[in-house]
Amino acid sequence: MTATYEAIATYTAPSAQASYTFTSIPSTYTDLVLVCNVKSSAATSRTLYATYNSDTGSNYSMTRIFGDGSSAASSRTTNQTGIDIGYLPGANGTGFGTVNFSIQNYSNSTTYKTGLYRWGSEAAASGTRYVAAGVGLWRSTSAITSISLAFDSAGDIATDSTFTLYGIKAE
Amino acid sequence: MATYIQIGSTVTVGSGGASTIDFTSIPSTYTDLVLKTSLRLDDLGDWCFLTINGSSSNFSGKELTGNGSAAASYSRTTNNFIVVTNKSTYTANTFSNAEHYFTNYAGSTYKSFSADQVQETNATAVNMMMDAFLWSNTAAINQLTISPSVGNFVQYSTASLYGIKKD
Repeated sequence: MTATYEAIATYTAPSAQASYTFTSIPSTYTDLVLVCNVKSSAATSRTLYATYNSDTGSNYSMTRIFGDGSSAASSRTTNQTGIDIGYLPGANGTGFGTVNFSIQNYSNSTTYKTGLYRWGSEAAASGTRYVAAGVGLWRSTSAITSISLAFDSAGDIATDSTFTLYGIKAE
Repeated sequence: MATYIQIGSTVTVGSGGASTIDFTSIPSTYTDLVLKTSLRLDDLGDWCFLTINGSSSNFSGKELTGNGSAAASYSRTTNNFIVVTNKSTYTANTFSNAEHYFTNYAGSTYKSFSADQVQETNATAVNMMMDAFLWSNTAAINQLTISPSVGNFVQYSTASLYGIKKD
């Protein structure tokens, strides 16, 4: 059977926003894909975090690989309060960063939730441009019904940033 | 209802080879574009140029790459070698595999796009790459052209363009 790729919701920031949340995510898809074209309203690059179901506890962990154009590195962070899905341009950059975040089997109630993400920030200011990929784990067996996006405390989501959530249905 | 819609037809290179692969008159009605390629050359190059709207200028990028023994990162600042390909000396019948994802391609901001690209051939000296690219131009993307750095595309090379519509 053919898998379909359907938009669940989309959002374009009309002005600087502290956060955005996709709510009431239906459980009827197989996987979710979040696509972002986003920058921070802060002066410099900031980190964008994703959290699920309003859980801001230390229930997230990430392993990532990244390159800055001269060296490659890998790192891991545990017991975090959100999944770091990108270090993205700020006002001193020339444009928006891109994020593609796939969350497989998001609606089951028996396993922890794993997502694969990749992001790029070539439009950021010199010295803060990266390409990266990683995996984020939410240690909860709950089905994902909402996804909240926010930059770290120093910045808001900039005007014209876009977030689109797609559902992939295998049937 | 958003779908993943093919724009035009898949380009499949015939027995005579091809010097370029072109997607023209790309409509502005989608949200994002996805370019999928499977390429091989009849010469020794392993990169292809990508021109956008006929332009080969104002490209930059960061690359993360692994070759099976080491990982490295590179900057791309002066050329538009954007699409990987297998070269003529690689294992027979192997082609590259790449996906380039253009977010907000029809907007009025600089165009950020990403790529995942591989050259697996069951041999040494091949790479997998992940890229973050930027075309510093505010024009909507309406044309994509892939051309080899040397030689021509061989038969069975393919390229497909898809539009993703958010609503």
